[in-house]
Amino acid sequence: MTVKHFISITILLFFCLFCTKSKDPHFYDERGTPAYGDTIITASIGEPSNLIPILATDSPSHEVASFIYNGLVKYDKNLRIVGNLAESWEVSKDNLTITFKLRRDVKWHDGVPFTAHDVMFTYKLITDPKTPTAYAGDFLLVKEARVIDDYTFRITYSKPFAPGLISWSTAILPKHLLEGKDITNSPLSRKPVGTGPYKFYEWIPGERVVLTANGEYFEGRPYINRYIMRVIPDSATMFLELKRYGIDMMGLTPIQAVRQTDYPAFKREFNKFRYLSFGYVYLGYNLKHPFFKDKRVRQAISYAINKKEIIDGILLGQGVEADGPYKPDMWAYNGNVKKYPYDRQKAKALLSEAGFKMGQDNILYKGGIPFEFTILVNQGNDVRIKCAELIQKRLSEIGIKVKIRVIEWASFINEFIDKRDFEAVILGWSIPHDPDIFDIWHSSKQGKKELNFISFENKEVDELLVKARHTLDIEERKRCYFRIQEILAEEQPYTFLFVPYANVAIHKRFKGIEPAPAGIMYDFIKWYVPEKQMRYIQ
Amino acid sequence: MVCAGKTDEVYPVMVRYLLKRLILMIPMLLGITIISFVVIHLTPGEPGVIEAEMNPKVTKEVRERIRAYYGLDKPLHIQYYMWLKRIVKLDFGISFASDRRPVIEKIKERIPITVSINLISMLLIFIIGIPIGIYCAKHKDTTIDKALTAFVFAGYAAPTFWLALLLMMFFGVYLEWLPISGLKSFNFNEMSFFEKIMDVAGHLILPIFISAFGGLAGISRYMKSSLLEVLRQEYIITAYAKGLPEDVVLKKHALRNALLPVITIIGLSVPGLIGGSVIFESIFSIPGMGQLFYMSVMARDYPTIMGILVIGAFLTLLGNLLSDILYAVADPRIRIG
Repeated sequence: MTVKHFISITILLFFCLFCTKSKDPHFYDERGTPAYGDTIITASIGEPSNLIPILATDSPSHEVASFIYNGLVKYDKNLRIVGNLAESWEVSKDNLTITFKLRRDVKWHDGVPFTAHDVMFTYKLITDPKTPTAYAGDFLLVKEARVIDDYTFRITYSKPFAPGLISWSTAILPKHLLEGKDITNSPLSRKPVGTGPYKFYEWIPGERVVLTANGEYFEGRPYINRYIMRVIPDSATMFLELKRYGIDMMGLTPIQAVRQTDYPAFKREFNKFRYLSFGYVYLGYNLKHPFFKDKRVRQAISYAINKKEIIDGILLGQGVEADGPYKPDMWAYNGNVKKYPYDRQKAKALLSEAGFKMGQDNILYKGGIPFEFTILVNQGNDVRIKCAELIQKRLSEIGIKVKIRVIEWASFINEFIDKRDFEAVILGWSIPHDPDIFDIWHSSKQGKKELNFISFENKEVDELLVKARHTLDIEERKRCYFRIQEILAEEQPYTFLFVPYANVAIHKRFKGIEPAPAGIMYDFIKWYVPEKQMRYIQ
Repeated sequence: MVCAGKTDEVYPVMVRYLLKRLILMIPMLLGITIISFVVIHLTPGEPGVIEAEMNPKVTKEVRERIRAYYGLDKPLHIQYYMWLKRIVKLDFGISFASDRRPVIEKIKERIPITVSINLISMLLIFIIGIPIGIYCAKHKDTTIDKALTAFVFAGYAAPTFWLALLLMMFFGVYLEWLPISGLKSFNFNEMSFFEKIMDVAGHLILPIFISAFGGLAGISRYMKSSLLEVLRQEYIITAYAKGLPEDVVLKKHALRNALLPVITIIGLSVPGLIGGSVIFESIFSIPGMGQLFYMSVMARDYPTIMGILVIGAFLTLLGNLLSDILYAVADPRIRIG
């Protein structure tokens, strides 16, 4: 082969390469009309473990199960509680009893009608000591549960319990298939039968789970015919599969969302959606530490940290500053609290007020002890490690020496958090849809394996948490949580860093997707592909 | 020394030797299991709750309940005894992962995939690696020798994930010739028989290439150095001196001896057959043993970890035995230990 040949063949190859990619760039812009059909393929890093949701603690299992099962209630797009299997409910005057009226038109996927006995069965199963479930907590508070008739179910708490109502969004399981059997050994773990919009079709271990639309779903048949979750354990591979159209939907990291998907061919085929994720990242202080006991020290550190720099530099702008334990689009969020904009002078002033003096070596001293501390970060979380580095730099500017230690997750929890052997940590909490944060902030929750590991104690917060927990009046709860946020902002037991955005890329042929405070999946059954744009037959 | 010709005398010796080796495997296996059992229980974190760590909905009581359910509240030696009692009956137990399936079922589901990929790539490694080694020994210090050496070492040195991603990007995303990951297309069931074969083959090209490419260096270098060693021996010079053609010298006299170390490698690769690399399997989304082991470790799924370790240990010991036997077959001098 001569050089000439080689060159011409190369050129030809490149030509072909570009030819195959040219396509009408506006093909998917047509909104079309809703039609039944097509398949959506999503991917998950981990394989689901168990499709009986009360037995699973991993998110892929819950994701698949959310298409198969229903709870009595659910959140709507604005995070208000609405009925699901329950048509309506009534709360008694003393706030102790909830009576659910159930829908009469619901059938299990095998055709058996759904009744209140299924709800009763699910309740008994969750609270049965022999069931290895992680979710019994909320249900152990129920004093009495009763089936009034086939479509009426009543529960009574011994004290009013605000998160009680939403705890009934737990998946209701079929009594006729599970009663009298060992739940840990049930075939339903791998072949679930529910009441939800999708029916289980097949599960190929290590490869994928396939669901098909439930034609008799009580809220109407879903437009998209099939849902496939592929197991792709490597996120780089997953991203390549997305670009190759091997999957239709994927959550993007900030760098993928901002840089790696910013080219015409991608934009032609995919829509990107963005909403605030349910979680925040914080710098938590061990309040037993002699320096961190002082509120002024914590406030000073908050002033010295530049949150905007963290969001812009590390998240590439894909986040908002956090100033409390909720995200801005929740009803419990109070935006009107003390803020800590980046201000080095204020930080220095607060520290000298607290008795710190600058030493020869440019480090602050108090009583001869240098201000040095270690931030613990868990391994594998790059964002948090980088946050720690930026914080280290900013704090060194005001004379605080910070060391960073990266530790594997299990030892992080068992050796350091549980033993209270830390000075400061960078961690994240997921934000619950219900604003009850009793477990994290109440002073009684400081025991081993409990979540108030920073040893936060505040009488007023304790009272407010209890009060908010035991009233069902939303205005009253709002007042309590607003006040709690004011106190937390003043006390700065954590420096709240940011709430990240969730970025999701979805193929353009799927229409009817609207981001809301609840995310995008809340009305999945209304997503559709216009007939002309469908990709997969069947 | 026993003369190789008198087979009727050799076999009883061999059988007794084999039996001795097999019986000696039992205390070894026991020791391996004790050490592995203790080590995995010493790692921080416990099954069932590790994913639920820092989850507000998982209360202390629930945690205790789950521990008792798994028998983790009992002392370690009792846990080991309970496990041992089951394993001697070849009962690997139920997984602690939340799927709670029998361990043996989980392993059975993955072993065929891993073993067949490993077999094919090992076969390729031997088929390509041994000739490369022979060629390099024969033509030592020529340009081609150097080029081949550079090539096999490039394969050895290049990080798997990096090379895999580059190839996936090139053949998958740009050229769209090969699928990127997985073992089958999702419409596999609707394909004809021929399409099915093409589909699986297409999916396997990249993974097998990557895993074979990395293994070439070892085998070809072994082959080359051991052949060079043999070629320096006096009897080779004698063979040349008496006028035998090079081909005969090489094939009949040199190769047979030079293959001995390679046989060791075959024996040692037996346990490797069921082990898969986590990185490699994750990148190509191949549901193999490497991933299963990794996930079990991450979830502290003790029965699954122990199950895989026991099988691995057993195969390692068996592989050692096998290479000893192969040695004896190839070299009469080693026939009694």
